[in-house]
Order: sequence, then C-alpha cells, then structure tokens
Amino acid sequence: MTNRKAVLEVKNLQTSFFTDDGVIPSVDFVDFEVREGEILGIVGESGSGKSVTSLSVMGLIPSPPGKITSGEIRYNGADITGYSEKQMRQIRGNDIAMIFQEPMTSLNPLFTIGSQMMEAVLLHKKGWSKKQAHARSVEMLKLVGLPRAEELMKDYPHQLSGGMRQRVMIAMALVCDPKVLIADEPTTALDVTIQAQILKLMKDLNTRLNTAIILITHDLGVVAETCERVVVMYAGKVVEEGPVERIFTNPQHPYTKGLLASVPDMRFKKQSLYSIPGNVPKPGSIKEGCRFAARCSEVFGRCTVESPPLYQTAPDHKTRCFLYDPEEVTAHDRAIVES
Amino acid sequence: MTEPLLKVEGLKKYFPVKNGLFGKTTGHVKAVDDVSFYVNEGETLGIVGESGCGKSTTGRMLMRLLEPTEGTVTFDGQELTKLSPQEMRKARREIQMVFQDPYASLNPRHTVEKILMEPLIVHNIGDTKSRKKMVRDFLEIVGLSSYHAKRYPHQFSGGQRQRIGIARALMTNPKLIIADEPVSALDVSIQAQVLNLMQKLQRELKLTYIFIAHDLGVVRHISDRVGVMYLGKMVELASSENLYAEPLHPYTKALLSAVPVPDPNFIREEILLEGDIPSPSNPPSGCTFHTRCPFAMDRCKQVVPQLEEIKTGHYVACHLYDADMIDKN
Repeated sequence: MTNRKAVLEVKNLQTSFFTDDGVIPSVDFVDFEVREGEILGIVGESGSGKSVTSLSVMGLIPSPPGKITSGEIRYNGADITGYSEKQMRQIRGNDIAMIFQEPMTSLNPLFTIGSQMMEAVLLHKKGWSKKQAHARSVEMLKLVGLPRAEELMKDYPHQLSGGMRQRVMIAMALVCDPKVLIADEPTTALDVTIQAQILKLMKDLNTRLNTAIILITHDLGVVAETCERVVVMYAGKVVEEGPVERIFTNPQHPYTKGLLASVPDMRFKKQSLYSIPGNVPKPGSIKEGCRFAARCSEVFGRCTVESPPLYQTAPDHKTRCFLYDPEEVTAHDRAIVES
Repeated sequence: MTEPLLKVEGLKKYFPVKNGLFGKTTGHVKAVDDVSFYVNEGETLGIVGESGCGKSTTGRMLMRLLEPTEGTVTFDGQELTKLSPQEMRKARREIQMVFQDPYASLNPRHTVEKILMEPLIVHNIGDTKSRKKMVRDFLEIVGLSSYHAKRYPHQFSGGQRQRIGIARALMTNPKLIIADEPVSALDVSIQAQVLNLMQKLQRELKLTYIFIAHDLGVVRHISDRVGVMYLGKMVELASSENLYAEPLHPYTKALLSAVPVPDPNFIREEILLEGDIPSPSNPPSGCTFHTRCPFAMDRCKQVVPQLEEIKTGHYVACHLYDADMIDKN
C-alpha cells in the first residue's frame, strides 16, 4: 500500500490570519500527502487547524483576513496555491470536492435538489444538455443509496432528513468524479445509527470509485473504523502521522496517547478516565518550544526551548516529539545501562 | 428496600400541532409517551437516545420547566407534579440542572460571582458576605480559582464554562442533578476532565445524577443504570453492565453496534438500521420501532409493548420477550 502514488501533497503549508491582535498562523508548516484511493483521517480538537488545512487546499480561505503565507499544495504534481480564482474553479468539483458538517446550511433552501444537482453538473460539463445533466443527477442520487431518486429531484432540502441531506451532498460532490473528496466532520451532526449508514456509504464509494477521501473529524472511533492512515494535529502542527493500525496500538506522541486514553470506551468500564490537564492553547499563543509542552506528562528541558521536528520513527510513521530524537534515544539507553 | 429518591410514573408530554386560521389543534407530537422509571439515592441514571427521542423533554419535565401532560414525578416523598408554582420554586433547591451549551446558559453580562450568587439570592441562603465566600469555595471545588469570580463568561474556555455551570448547580446544595448533554459540546480531552470532576463531586457530596446524553461511551462510563429511549418511549432499562454486555431490545442492539469504537482491530456484529426515525407527530402504530426492526412480527404493528422486567433489574419493552414467544424459542 505504501507504494501508491500521492495525488495530493501538502508541503510546508502555513495559513495565517491577519487580525488586529497580530498575525496568527492557524496552520503552521503542515506536511502530509493523500495517496490514490485511500481514506486519510485528520484528527484534532477544536483549534488544531484541521478545517483551515482543508479550506486552504480548496482555496476557500476568506482573504482578507486569511492567507496562505508559505508552502505548496501539489495536486497531480502541480502547485495550486498560486492558481487564480478561475483556475481554482476548474479544480474544485472536477478534481477535488468537499462536503461539510451541516448539510442543511450547505444546500440552498429555495431551490429543489434537482436544480442544485444539475447546476453542479452543467457548471463542469460544458456542452451537456439539461437532459443529460438530469440523467447524471438521478444516477448519482441512486449511487448514494437514496430511494425514489426521480421524485427526490423535485423535493426541497427541508423535506429531507439530515441523513438524506448528507447523502445528497455526497452525490453532488461526486457528480464530476473527483480524485479527492474532502469530508469535514461529515457525520458530526448526525445520530449514531445514521452516522453508521453514511460512513458505510463513504467506504463503499471509496472502493467502488477509487476516490481518495480526506476525513476530518474529532472522533477517534470514526477514524479507527474508516481510515487507513491518520494525521493527528495539535495547535496548527502535525504531531503524529501513520497507519491507523499503528497509531491506535502503538501511539508515540504524548498527545496522541493522552487523547486515546481520554475516550470512554463503550465495551468496558474504565475505573477513572485519563484526562490531559489544561486547555488547548489559543492559536499563536505559543511562540517557543513544543506546543504541547505545557500539558505534557513527559516534558523535559529541551521541550520548552526548541521546536521539535517530525522524526521518522518507522517506515510510514512520524512523530513530532524529542523523545524520538535518535540522540535522545541513545542517551536514554546509555543512562539505563549506566544505572 | 428504601424508597427511591425520584420516582416517575406514566410521564407524558404531548405538544399540540396547530393549523389553520383559528389555530385549531389538528394533532399532537408525542414527545414523551408514557415513561416510568426511578432513581435511587447516590446513583447515576443515564438516559440515552437519538435526537427527537424525548430524553431532554423528560429531563425538563422532572424539574417542571415543562409541564407534563400526564403522569407523576415524586421526589423525596413529595409529589412535584401537584405543587403550586411557588412551592415548586422552593423544591428546585434540591434539584438542579446542568445544560449542554456552556456558551448559551451563562449570562454574558454578569460576572461569574453574580451568576453563582443568583441561586443563593433566589433561595434566600446566607447574607452577602457568606454568599461571596461560598462562591469562592465552590469555584475551588470545581477546579477553578477564587480570582475567577470577577471575570465574565467570555473570558473562559468551553471546559471552564461548563465547570461554572456545574458550580452554579451545586450552590444550593442539591440532592439531584439533571445533566442534559453536559459534555457533548466539549473536546475529548476536556470532556474527560469534566466527567472526572462530576464523578469526584458525586463521591464527595453524595449527589444523585440523571445523565442525559447521546454518546453511549460516555454514558457507560458514568452511569450505574442506563435507560434507552426511542420515539418518546423507554424501550430498555438495565444496569449499565447488563445493558452493554447483553442488550435485549433490537433497537439497543442496533444502537450499540453503530457506535464507532476507537480500536481498528475490533470486529463488530454489524446491524445497520434502515431508514430514519419516524416523525413523532405521526408515530407508527403498535411498537414505534417496528418500521425499522429486523424482527418485526404482526403483533408489533398492533400492540404497544409494555416495559417488563425480564431479568432482575433488566426491563425491556419488546414483544420478542412476551411469555409465549419465549416458550416457543
């Protein structure tokens, strides 16, 4: 699986917001790649920069106040950060599509599902007739498992339930066969039984259409269930990246460890829940050292002064923590031998 | 056996649906339809269910923030549903509530001190000096500092605000706290802090909790017993051990199987429910779950199943557990 080609590469991405309180880098030198046909999870708590990362990829950062201040976003090898709005419009929908958390606010309440679906088709498929667009829309609605697709085309968004609306959003996003689908908290507003349906649908579509999916979520359960690889973000930085299997069984970064230990597990009762002390820092408030240092249980001298890089700890597994600095590791081993 | 602290019998809430020029009532939304349960002193009863199942409406009716259409609520030997508004206000000293949204439930124009002193003024407890001292004490108890008293809600993070919400509920020294989704707006790491705080307070202050939530993992963690609601009805009620290890109602089984588990190697028994929750204004006949139930039989469409004790302390409302059905199997 490791030798699959990367479709989307994010390199050294920094997205800053220019506010009255100064420049705040919400996403601070983030690197990751999305490989062909995979499901990549991005997890993090509020303020970790996961949504800003995805909006940067789509070129949807409101400017001003936001701006991509450095780095590259490569789609199929070409850097799209410098693209004009016109060029980006070609990319969006055709190559990279996005669905959002709240399907009610993403659909226009004044237009029927049909007209909104067809608008998306006609915008991208130049020269298509309305009839072709209609047929394609119905086909997509059927693909995402919506019953009576023909009649649904004439319905308005308020006539649909939350789960159905999210299916419509997915159908609309996939109408032009994008290579990458970014799903930003797609199931957060849904009930668990409906969430299970939508996650299953996304997995099905991923295997059938070979669309790569970036699944942005705060729910570690959702990641464990759906994703192949995962990127853990904290305060605008990637702190750990690796295959889901490894991250959940062998987490390395103290933040990832803490996060996994604080989730109540339905299968058994923990006596008491581990909790990470303190709060998520405000974006831009930590200037020096590791951003997790103030809450970390294994903090030592270097952590508050230097900013740790991402260490490659295994093939395909990276951790941003000095504990995995090869020099620290050997020093630690030496200390054990001496004692 | 000692009397339970809170006893709820046949609780119903029907909201009228009005239509037309003269606002004629054309139907009812049966938000809560004949719910009965009890809560023992010192325990935590969790109530879970999906949106629209009536769990929050139930919570609000216990405090009579919403008037029940029918049914009785007995707290500490006193029938709350019979009290006058004045008497009810006094009774609320013993029952307090913690809400979901710590952003919306604290007045942004009041300092924390003022917010926390309000319940004391309402219930006429202490004088200004002792009230101020109590505010500082309770801030420390919930893990904040006394210097936070002079600040405004917007100066706090979500987790800290929820601590203020909890402190406010504790001010009058209540016996029962109804917590409606108290951690669902919080990040995972903060959620764990608040859950631990609630458990610590329960041990130290001998509190009784009714914990309403949609997150089954959180409910399992904090509850001694758990009730599952679907479309205004309690479909299953058991100790949290039994409910999670051996769910009986087909809805509970499906619900538990739908929860994503943070373990990629976990293999589940997958029960995917078809379709959506029906509208409570026009609920299905008989068992309200029969439209989505994989085991639905003829009698499920006609007869409403009652909540029966199948095993000691394990109640379920499902025809699969009728006496003649069990004999057949």
